Amino acid sequence: MHKKTAHELHSLISHKKLSSLELTEAILDQIEKSEGRVKAFVTVTKEEALKQAKATDERIKNNQTITPLTGIPIAIKDNMCTQGILTTCSSKILANYIPPYDATVVSRIKEAGAVIVGKTNMDEFAMGSSTENSGIHPTHNPWNTKTVPGGSSGGSAAAVAADETILATGSDTGGSIRQPASFCGVVGFKPTYGRVSRYGLVAFASSLDQIGPLAKDVTDTALLMNVLAGHDSRDSTSVDLPVPDYRKALIDNVKKMKIGYIKELLGKGIDKEVKNSILEAMKKFEELGAELMEVSMPTFEYAVATYYLIAPAEASSNLARYDGVKFGHRSKVAPDLLSMYYHTRREGFGTEVKRRIMLGTYALSAGYYDAYYLKALKVRTLIKQDFEKAFAKCDVLLSPASPSVAFKIGEKTADPLSMYLSDIATIPVNLAGLPAISLPCGFSHGLPIGLQIIGKAFAEEIILRAAFTFEQNTDWHKKKPSL
Amino acid sequence: MNIDVEHIARLARLGLSEKEKELFAKQLSAILEYADILKKLDTEDVPPASHAIPLKNVLREDKVVPCENTGDILANAPAEEQGMFRVPRIIE
Repeated sequence: MHKKTAHELHSLISHKKLSSLELTEAILDQIEKSEGRVKAFVTVTKEEALKQAKATDERIKNNQTITPLTGIPIAIKDNMCTQGILTTCSSKILANYIPPYDATVVSRIKEAGAVIVGKTNMDEFAMGSSTENSGIHPTHNPWNTKTVPGGSSGGSAAAVAADETILATGSDTGGSIRQPASFCGVVGFKPTYGRVSRYGLVAFASSLDQIGPLAKDVTDTALLMNVLAGHDSRDSTSVDLPVPDYRKALIDNVKKMKIGYIKELLGKGIDKEVKNSILEAMKKFEELGAELMEVSMPTFEYAVATYYLIAPAEASSNLARYDGVKFGHRSKVAPDLLSMYYHTRREGFGTEVKRRIMLGTYALSAGYYDAYYLKALKVRTLIKQDFEKAFAKCDVLLSPASPSVAFKIGEKTADPLSMYLSDIATIPVNLAGLPAISLPCGFSHGLPIGLQIIGKAFAEEIILRAAFTFEQNTDWHKKKPSL
Repeated sequence: MNIDVEHIARLARLGLSEKEKELFAKQLSAILEYADILKKLDTEDVPPASHAIPLKNVLREDKVVPCENTGDILANAPAEEQGMFRVPRIIE
């Protein structure tokens, strides 16, 4: 039962063939069985989930209106605030933080009637590509527990892949939904910047962060998008545009769709097996009637450098709030205010977070601001322009979501730059604020490969349509890891 | 590249161990040297993009709304006294 999708389970629940309690218990059993090897969760909210499932069943029994997500288990990435439930961001500095409010996405998920089963592990403050930077514990990829699940939403991706939840939320600043989705063989969708409220999302890089779904297939992705998307007056960057019913985008047809494949992401630095799977996917789209064309994005070469100046700069400013005054960890070594700051931050932050605060502070400091931060913002404009040119002739763009499949735990931790460079396919999309999906499209050495489909701003529907069509005509999404 | 790690750490109010200072001096140099590839691009006439989707003047009504859960907020405080956050003495 835990192996099914949300849309399959909804049909059982709405026909009263399955109760939310039975389903929630099945998921909690699966968590108990697999967690020892996967370690996807920071907190499992067993009691709350069972209580919520029982209340949901009461509502169903009384024939109250139900939504497609009523009674469906969902896991929340641990950087989204949940009222009364620990929200650690996988950081020691927030190890005891119990938010006094719900993030807007969490309120929306609760209103839809979904059952929250826990909070998922991540790279500390979402800084990382492997979930090895978690201050709590590393997460293991269900396809091969010696490899990483990707990051930073590695806990959410691994939980979905291991059937420890039906749905999950993630956040994506430089690929943190799409890359772990790719590594774990699930679907991950980063909506357009502004499509989903960031209120209650612990800020990393505010001009890049965006919340989105992780799911077992494209249909479930659309169902969760229907709940997450929409304007929120509490997030001034959330956009006040009408939200379509994303289910209507699930059309098995790409005839005449103009699909560009990105030359720079099929060349040097991309693993051979990954490249071959993307070429196969392109062939599939062509067979299905799409028109394929090569597009060149010459500025992509500069995207990683641009991102690793802008994101740390924003992070260094956002993370200034962790000073030990109002919430989170405070050092016991605090004879005066200044040393309280130094010690609190020294004890509370992990190495990668410190590295990025240092990098960002440097890029913003007097004498270096123009050469690094401002320069990066200008290159960001050039990257946006490359996308604009490509979208003048294409409906969507294709690439791998990651240049490789999941790497071994410990393989890249000593060399941060090599870890950063593995984000090359996803980072440009965040810099331009665009929506993009990753969905399974093959395997290499028993590990999943992800196909990335990128769209214009607020063109989520055409991405979902392309992804749905690909999924309907392939079987990759049906493969399960044997844990 | 020579980076004054201690100066940067001071700006960030970040305590670092000697080992971290050494490590970051090396790693930040490597990352910033890599970032020098941006210098190859002529950006003289390019406007900076601080946001991907530009929005202007997002305002809301200036209205007082009650904050009811001050108890939950203060429950997260490392030190609290009479409904206030307690910190080490600042003024002698």
